[in-house]
Amino acid sequence: MTHRIYLDHAATTPVDPQVLEAMLPYFTNSFGNPSSIHSYGRETRKAIEDSRAVIAKEIGASATNEIIFTGSGSESDNLAIRGIAYAYRQKGNHIITSSIEHHAVYDTCKALEKEGFKVTYLPVNEVGLISVDNVVNALTPETILVSIMHANNEVGTIQPIAEISKILQDRKIFFHTDAVQTVGTIPVNVQDLGVDLLSMAAHKFYGPKGVGALYVRKGIKLNQLIYGGAQERNRRAGTENIAGIVGMAKALELANANLEANSKRILELREYLIDNVLGKLDYVRLNGDRKQRLPGNANFSFEFIEGEALLLNLDLKGIAASSGSACTSGSLEPSHVLLSMGICHEIAHGSLRISIGKANTKQDIDYLLEVLPEIVNKLRAMSPLYNVSNERKECQTCTLKK
Amino acid sequence: MYTEKVMDHFQNPRNVGEIDNADGVGEVGNATCGDIMKIYLKVEDNRIVDVKFKTFGCGAAIATSSMVTEMVKGKTLEEALAITNKAVAEALDGLPPQKMHCSNLAADALHKAIEDYRARQAG
Repeated sequence: MTHRIYLDHAATTPVDPQVLEAMLPYFTNSFGNPSSIHSYGRETRKAIEDSRAVIAKEIGASATNEIIFTGSGSESDNLAIRGIAYAYRQKGNHIITSSIEHHAVYDTCKALEKEGFKVTYLPVNEVGLISVDNVVNALTPETILVSIMHANNEVGTIQPIAEISKILQDRKIFFHTDAVQTVGTIPVNVQDLGVDLLSMAAHKFYGPKGVGALYVRKGIKLNQLIYGGAQERNRRAGTENIAGIVGMAKALELANANLEANSKRILELREYLIDNVLGKLDYVRLNGDRKQRLPGNANFSFEFIEGEALLLNLDLKGIAASSGSACTSGSLEPSHVLLSMGICHEIAHGSLRISIGKANTKQDIDYLLEVLPEIVNKLRAMSPLYNVSNERKECQTCTLKK
Repeated sequence: MYTEKVMDHFQNPRNVGEIDNADGVGEVGNATCGDIMKIYLKVEDNRIVDVKFKTFGCGAAIATSSMVTEMVKGKTLEEALAITNKAVAEALDGLPPQKMHCSNLAADALHKAIEDYRARQAG
């Protein structure tokens, strides 16, 4: 393997050197427990509160203490949904979410169903978009929470969050959005979006892994999930990940400062990639919306081949990407996102997600475009499904779900 | 996650293709599940003289298909029928646990091809 090309930024990103530099003192010199009363503790307490202020400002929060630090984006999602569900159970037991949420939301809702909550999983259209009307129609007097992701992690579709929040505004129903894929990637402002709770994770925007945050609008009650201390104003016990928190704030500051320039360049690379993949290969489709999607996301389905075999071949050429095939999802089912979009199993198994980051160049994309056709052709030559003269039509029986 | 042998067979699969006028053809799996294996046999005097495969599936599906074709070439039908999915996985120095069921069907495809051959002979 001569060189490696990383095209899996929706999975995670490398820590920016400036972020690492900001973090380093908090592993060694500045190590005090922020709950301690001595100078060591006061020093790290200040670092945490300064970081909280930075993050609050970057996402447009009206008060610093609207930010709760957590251990991951998944924890933020769990805390938001369970925290609201348990705190407002006496008001109602109905939750509305979508069928294409990240498993941190989806599985949490499934778990709550077992505890007696009722959950509506809204369908999406063929490009993965939620309809605002469907949200309205799903509302009941029992509805306490709506949780819809800002942008999908697999196909990059950006949801009409601001429109949904407008219809929820006067109804006193809490609105949570999983913004793990969007914070630091596209503009995210909690006032513009009109959300009450918003989840984020540092490692998606060139910050460290193991630290996330949840924005919770002032005045909202939230049951804690982790007990054992008064940290985060009694909402998340545990000694704070100081270096991680400092890194998260620095990473978001940097990401937002360069957001416009980075996303413009990344978007150009993505468009170049999509044009060429669709132009160079037959029996390939773009999953998701061409326009209303995250700048760095491209998700293709290559018919007649399976995603894991495709990923392994790309990896042998030094290219890191991702797939929604069953083999890569760790279950027998392919991606629930692609299936919800009405894409049939067979096509979902052959999906490939390319997520472009700030360090990628046109040369990287050109290299991918050079090796991809030969890999796809090699696998198709091996596939019993690939027979141009006598095409199988299994997909025709596949109908759009719901 | 895969052994060197699996990666070798995945990268350089043996006996890929179809046999025109095959004496027996066997197919297992379906596209919905993400795996289809199809095996073609040429049989002479109760012996497998040629074998080819086509597979739609993950790395393990392709490697097991390739391996089973290598294992049966020149074998009698009885010897070929004695080959199990487990034996194919062992010949590849093992498969990840989650792959043992969904992608390890190559011996089943082989056995189906032999059944098909025998049915044709009987018919």
